[in-house]
Amino acid sequence: MPIDYYLNIAASGLLTGLVYGLAALGLSVIFGVVRVVNFAHGEMMVAGMYGAVLLGGWWGLDPLLSAPVMAALLFACGWLLQRGLVNKFVERPEHMQFILLLGIATILVNAMLMLFGPDARNVQVPYSFDTVEIGPMLLDAVRLRAGAAAIVVAAALFAFFRFSRTGKAIRACADNPLGARVVGLNIDGLYALTFGIGAAVVGVAGALMTLLVDARPQLAPEYTLLSFIIVIVGGLGSLPGALLGGVLIGMSEALAGFLLTPSLKSLFSYGVLIVVLLLRPQGLLGKRS
Amino acid sequence: MIGMFRRISSASAKILLAAIKATERPATGIVSRFASGVTWRGSALIFFALLATLLAPLVADRYLVSVLTTVLWFAYVGQAWNVMMGFSGLLSLGHALYVGLGAYVSAALFVHFGIGPWAGMILAILVAVAAGCIIGFLGFRFGVKGVHFALLTIAFAEVARIGFDHITWVGGSGGFFLPVEAGASDPLNLRGSPLLFYYVALGLVLGALVLSRVLLHSRLGYQWLAVREEPDAAEASGVDLFRARMTAVAVSAAMTALGGVFQAFYFNNLFPEQVFSMGRSIEIILPAIVGGIGTLIGPILGAFILTPLGELLTFLIEAGGLDLPGLKQLFYGVALVVIVVFRPEGVWPWLARRLRLVRQPGDYRQPGEGA
Repeated sequence: MPIDYYLNIAASGLLTGLVYGLAALGLSVIFGVVRVVNFAHGEMMVAGMYGAVLLGGWWGLDPLLSAPVMAALLFACGWLLQRGLVNKFVERPEHMQFILLLGIATILVNAMLMLFGPDARNVQVPYSFDTVEIGPMLLDAVRLRAGAAAIVVAAALFAFFRFSRTGKAIRACADNPLGARVVGLNIDGLYALTFGIGAAVVGVAGALMTLLVDARPQLAPEYTLLSFIIVIVGGLGSLPGALLGGVLIGMSEALAGFLLTPSLKSLFSYGVLIVVLLLRPQGLLGKRS
Repeated sequence: MIGMFRRISSASAKILLAAIKATERPATGIVSRFASGVTWRGSALIFFALLATLLAPLVADRYLVSVLTTVLWFAYVGQAWNVMMGFSGLLSLGHALYVGLGAYVSAALFVHFGIGPWAGMILAILVAVAAGCIIGFLGFRFGVKGVHFALLTIAFAEVARIGFDHITWVGGSGGFFLPVEAGASDPLNLRGSPLLFYYVALGLVLGALVLSRVLLHSRLGYQWLAVREEPDAAEASGVDLFRARMTAVAVSAAMTALGGVFQAFYFNNLFPEQVFSMGRSIEIILPAIVGGIGTLIGPILGAFILTPLGELLTFLIEAGGLDLPGLKQLFYGVALVVIVVFRPEGVWPWLARRLRLVRQPGDYRQPGEGA
């Protein structure tokens, strides 16, 4: 029986971790290409959550269906943000970029606090209390759906970067911006596109997250830091690394929350982060620069 | 990574030369050093600003004194942060850690052992410096740079926040409270009227200003600037990178811890969720960014701009009968973006140029001459 217990917790941690990983993928894409650390990442994610909550409240839309809507919306926001503000900062010192995005994050989170208030909000779905039995495990239907959707979106993203012309062009930009410019790629346009894609991905992750967690503005900085931890653990700029990091952090959080007290679970993630930063600063799957 | 776009500018070269020359520099008096580079207008302004802050409590009411004390507190911790980011180029986004450690250590000594803050601050400083040195050692020895270093500082502050939530000896998440006696006047234990705290805060700000100025014009200060501008070139010219960075972290942590001691005895309550929060770390870095990173007057000016504006905003919201808890922070966010887009070097260098307060027009890459 105890083994089943642990299996269950590990499996639900894995499913949550997939959604974390998807959020971190967005951050990783932006950093890998534009070389700007999106400090407003968790804020964008919570924006995605509130979007799903609103759509669910107005039209009873399932978060899985709200996800594409939020993707489109956040893509537009990300694109505009890169075009309007961040692009000017691409070649400025690192701390300036940090401060700019920190400012944007502060604006976003407090705007949401003013709009929606500090209370937790959620979406009602008919299957919220269903469970699915897989072998010895009993899994929440919401968690399974969120995890599966995260895999689908991540796979689509991988395929986009691997096979499409635009995806290849973006990878070229990431590899060598100067070379990409020389062969005639529109770097600024591709940067805006990348920032938009990163924002869209985290918007989807946010919409999926509403299946698991109630939306609160206070979650935003937590998710920003969580995404950072995941991306660094997995390797900054490595897409599979972000997913792997997400799963690792999700599972360790679930186990730590079960074995210790839930309030200590994020301490565990920070512990993992510090160890990885020191022993393998390029992350688990990252390349040494 | 991003640093690859940096070129060796003439400013950096000058700083490097100065770093090398620093050993041969004839020692001049602190006072003459302090005034060098400032025009008579600048000196007059500093003199009148000093006079105004000294005499302000004579005309200010209780509320205004409390606002001014907050201003001075942020000016002080901003100055402390500036030593790391402004002088040495080390971005710390976890300075709340040092504030919190200083606050908790001095408060615990006072509550549990009856040791007053003037003695307790020594241990508070030691603990914060130790924490800073651990972060610095790990960061610099393992080559954690840029974004990663900033994240390391956040991670440690967050670990402290969650950790202190669970230390029941100092109240845990329920908060830690210092005993308050109405009408007590005991400056030896930092217990007394708001006026006492106002002048202590003013003393801290002036002390930090003088210390920063002296440090900047010392051998160590030139090394910091060299390390900030061109670490490789600095190392090549004989600067011990590790030592220079470690001293910067230690000095900054020590100064910040004192701010924490002050905070503990001024507010008499400590909550890990507030003291160690990421939001607090951001509030600490704001004055220096708005005023001018790497300048001496910048953090002070930044605090004098931001806090009163924030207070005014709170007042307007209350007067309007609105209940918008996030508006003040929203304003800080807008301030950050506006400053970083339109005045990336901060308000002070621009103001100093405009009003001709300093002899050499302030190039913000040369903080030593910007004030």
